[in-house]
Amino acid sequence: MTETLLDVRNLRVSLKTDRGMLNAVRGVDLQMKRGQTLCLVGESGCGKSLTAMALMGLLPRYANITSDCFDMAGEDLTQKPQSKLAKLRGRDVAMIFQDPTSALNPTLTVGRQLTEGVMRSEGLDRAAANARAVEMLDRVGISNPEARLTQYPHAFSGGQRQRIMIASALMGRPRRLIADEPTTALDVTIQAQILRLLGELQSTLGLSLLLITHDLGVVASIATDVAVMYAGRIVEQAPAEDLFHAPQHPYTRGLLRAIPVPGVTPRGSELPAIAGRVPGLIGEMRGCAFRDRCALGSSECASDPVPRHGDDAGRFVECFKVTPGEATQ
Amino acid sequence: MSDTSSEIRPAGVWQKALRNTGVSIGGTIMLVIVLVAVFAPLLAPHDPLAQDLTKRLLPPFWHDRSVAEHLLGTDHLGRDYLSRMIYGARVSLGVGLGVIIVSGAIGITLGLLAGYFGGWVDMVISFAITTRLSLPIVLVALAAVALGGASLVTLITVLGLLLWDRFAVVSRAATQSLRHQEFIMGLRAIGASRARILFLEILPNMRSMILVVVTLEVANVILLEAALSFLGLGVRPPTPSWGLMISEGRENILFDPWLIALPGSALCLLVLAVNLFGDGMRDITGPARK
Amino acid sequence: MLAFIAKRLVVAFCVCVTVSAISFALMFLSGDPAIAIAGAGGRAQDAEAIRIAYGFDRPLIVQYLDWVGSALTGDLGQSIYFNIPVSEIIGNRISVTMWLGVLSFLLALVVAVPLGIAAALRPNGWIDRIALVLAVTGQAIPSFWLGLMAIVVFGVWYGWVPISGAKTWQGFILPVIVLSYYAMPAMMRITRSGMIDVLATDYVRAARAKGLPMRVVIFRHALRNAVLPLVSLAAVQLGLLLSGSIVIESVFALNGLGRLAWESLLRSDLPVVQAIILILSLLYVALTTFADILNAVLDPRLRGAN
Repeated sequence: MTETLLDVRNLRVSLKTDRGMLNAVRGVDLQMKRGQTLCLVGESGCGKSLTAMALMGLLPRYANITSDCFDMAGEDLTQKPQSKLAKLRGRDVAMIFQDPTSALNPTLTVGRQLTEGVMRSEGLDRAAANARAVEMLDRVGISNPEARLTQYPHAFSGGQRQRIMIASALMGRPRRLIADEPTTALDVTIQAQILRLLGELQSTLGLSLLLITHDLGVVASIATDVAVMYAGRIVEQAPAEDLFHAPQHPYTRGLLRAIPVPGVTPRGSELPAIAGRVPGLIGEMRGCAFRDRCALGSSECASDPVPRHGDDAGRFVECFKVTPGEATQ
Repeated sequence: MSDTSSEIRPAGVWQKALRNTGVSIGGTIMLVIVLVAVFAPLLAPHDPLAQDLTKRLLPPFWHDRSVAEHLLGTDHLGRDYLSRMIYGARVSLGVGLGVIIVSGAIGITLGLLAGYFGGWVDMVISFAITTRLSLPIVLVALAAVALGGASLVTLITVLGLLLWDRFAVVSRAATQSLRHQEFIMGLRAIGASRARILFLEILPNMRSMILVVVTLEVANVILLEAALSFLGLGVRPPTPSWGLMISEGRENILFDPWLIALPGSALCLLVLAVNLFGDGMRDITGPARK
Repeated sequence: MLAFIAKRLVVAFCVCVTVSAISFALMFLSGDPAIAIAGAGGRAQDAEAIRIAYGFDRPLIVQYLDWVGSALTGDLGQSIYFNIPVSEIIGNRISVTMWLGVLSFLLALVVAVPLGIAAALRPNGWIDRIALVLAVTGQAIPSFWLGLMAIVVFGVWYGWVPISGAKTWQGFILPVIVLSYYAMPAMMRITRSGMIDVLATDYVRAARAKGLPMRVVIFRHALRNAVLPLVSLAAVQLGLLLSGSIVIESVFALNGLGRLAWESLLRSDLPVVQAIILILSLLYVALTTFADILNAVLDPRLRGAN
C-alpha cells in the first residue's frame, strides 16, 4: 500500500450568505497518496475549488470549516487546521492557481516571488535561494533562468507564467501539490505542454498531485485516480481506467456520455449537459443530491444516509440504485 | 462562478434601493427637507425678512431666556431664525438643482460626444476636462461671482459652468462601453441617426450612473454655495442662505454660538442625507461588490 | 517610459497655456477691467488713464502674450491696491498656505492609510464602521463651519489654542486638523477599496500559499499594489488643499494666499487675483503630472511599456 500523505475525513465548508448558510462542501473524504495524480472533477460550483482552498487553509474568515480528521505530514490538524496550516504551506503542501497572470504579483520581480517563501521558511540566504530558484526555473523549462530572475511577470508569456507558478510551488520541495484548474486560462497548445510538465514532475519528484478540473480531456490525459464531485460531495471515486471504462454513479455516467477515452478524447472538451439544475446548497440537504436529475431517481433516494459501496482498491460509489459489479451501460 | 451581469434592471434597482439603509435613510431626510423647502411659506411662522430690533438675539427654545413665539430664537436683526432656516433650505436646494441642470447638460453632452465619437473629439473634450480640473474652483467661482455681480442667477451660472467635469467623465466612460454593445451596433447598422442613438438609446441606459453623479454633485454644490455665501460672494443679504447665516452669526459667536450651530447642522444633515443616498445608489448600481 | 513622460509633459504644457489664458480672461469677465479697477463710481477720465497705464487699450492677444511673457520671468504685474509688485506680496503670503496645505495633507495621509488598511482587513468590522462614520461625516461637514465650531469649543470654551492668526505654531493646530478632516475621507476610501480589491487577488492568495505570514503578505504584496491609485488621488487632494484653504484661512485669519485672493477680490485688485489663480493652477498641474510619472515608475507594467 502506498504512503498516504494527506488524509481528510468528513470535510465540511459552509459560507454565511444573506439567505442563510450555504453548505458548499458537505462531508468530503479525501486521501492524497505518494505517486498518485488524483483528479477532482465536477461542474462549476460543486465545491471542488473550495475543497482545495480548505486543504490549503486559504479560505476567507467567513468560511466555516470542520472535519473529523485532517492529517497532513503526520500532524493532526483537525482542531485548528487554518492557523496550523500556515506553517505547512509552501513546505509540505503547495498550490498552483488557475490564472498565472493574476497569481503573480505584477509589482515584484519573479526572483523575489520565487525566493521569498523559502528564505523565510528555510532561512536560506539570497544566494542559496536564488540558486534554488534557478534550479526550479530550469526544471520547469524556462530558458536562461539566471537572467530572468530580475524580470517582472509582464515580461513573460501566459504559458511561461504558469511554468513560473509551478516553479514557485516547487521551491519549498513539497510532497503534495494542489493544482486548481491549472490549464483553464491557457491556450489549447500550451495546455498540453503544462499538463505534460506536471505529469513529468509528478513522477520524477514522486509528488502526490491533486488536480482540480472540469475538463475531462485533462482527466483522461493525466489522472491515475478520479474523484467525481457533485453538490459538495464526492459521489464516486475510482482508478482512472476503471472509472472511464465502467462508470457507476448515474451522474458520472451522464458526464461520460461523450465517452472520452484516455489518449483519444481531445483536451478541452466540456462536460456534456445533463438535464435539470444543480440543487441549491443553502440549508440542510437530505438524501442524494442528484435524485431530481437522475433517470433512476425514486422516493427512496430522498432518505438518509445514501449507501456507500466500496471495495478494497479504494473505489467507491454513493448511490441507492447501483452497487459495484452490477452496473452496466 | 459569480454573477457578473452588468445589465441594470430598473425594477431590481428600486427594490434594492428600498432595502439599502443608506438610500432609505438618506432619501427620507432629503424628502423631508425638500417638502420643507417647497412648503416654506406655509411652515414658516414668520416672514424670514421681517426685522424687529427690539427682539434681537433671542436664544432657542432650550434656553431659559427663550420666547415661545420664536422657537429657534432670532438673529442680530431680530429676524425669526426658524423661518430663516426654513427658507434657507430653498436656497440650498434651489442652487443645487439649478447648478445640476446647467452642469449636467454641459457635462453629459460632452461626455456623450467624447465617448461616442472618440478620436480628436475625445482628445479635445478630455483636454477640456483636465484643464477644468486644474482650475482652483473656489477661487475662480469667487472671482467670477465678484466680477460678474453677485446674484442667484450669476451664482448658478458660474457654478454650472465650472462643475460639469464629473458628469463628463462618467458619461464618457459609460458611452464608450455602451457604444460597442450589440443593440447600439444594430441601430447603427439599420441607419438610426446619431442624435437618436445618443439621446434616445445611450442616454437612458446610463441614467442610474447619472443619478449617482447628480447626488454627489448636489452635495458638492450645496457646500460650495454655503462657502461662497459665507465669504460674502455668494447669495446676497438679506436672502436667507445657511452659509450666509453662518457668516452673519460669526460676530456673535462668543455669546450666541447657536447662530452658527443651527444653520451648520442643517447643512450637515442635508449633505449627509444626499451623500448617504448617493453612496447607497452607487453600491446598488455599481459593479457587484461583496 | 520616456515616451510616456514626454507625452505627459506635453499635455501638462498645453494645460498650462490654457489655464493661463483662462486666468487672464477672468480679468475681462466684468466687461471693462479699467472701470472695475477705477470702481463703479469712478470718473471716466480715471478709467481712461488706467486703461492706458495698464495697456488695456492694446489688442487682447498682445496683452495676453505680454502678461505671460512677464510671468515667465517672474514678473506677475503690479498690485493696484498696494502698488508694489504682485510677486512680492505673494512671496510674503505663500508660505502660510504651503505649510497649511502640506501639514494637513500629511496628517490626512497618516490617518487615512492605516485606517483604510485596517478597515479593509476586516470589512464591516468595528474599525471599518468607525472609518465609515469618519468618512461620511468628513464629507458632509462644511470645513468652514467645523472651523468655527472648533474655535468656539477649543478656543473659547476651553482656551486650549489661540482662536485666530498664525503668529505661533499653535495657531496652525485647529486649521490643520479641520482641513485634514476634509481631505482624509477620499484617501481613506481609496486605500480601503484598493486594499479590498488587492486582498481578493490570486497573487495575495498565492503569497499566502507560500507560507508567508499575513503581515508580509499585506505589506509586501498587497500594499504595494493598493497604493497605486492612492498616488494619483493624493496629488489631487494636495492640490485641492492648497487651492481650497481659502475658506479656512478666512475663518482662522491666517494670512495665506487664499485670504489674499479673497481680500484682493473685495478691493478689485485684479492682477493679484489673476496671479494667484495662475500659481494655484500651475501647482495643480505640476502635482498631477508628477503623480502620473511617479505611478509609471512604481508600476513595472507601465515602466516596461516603451
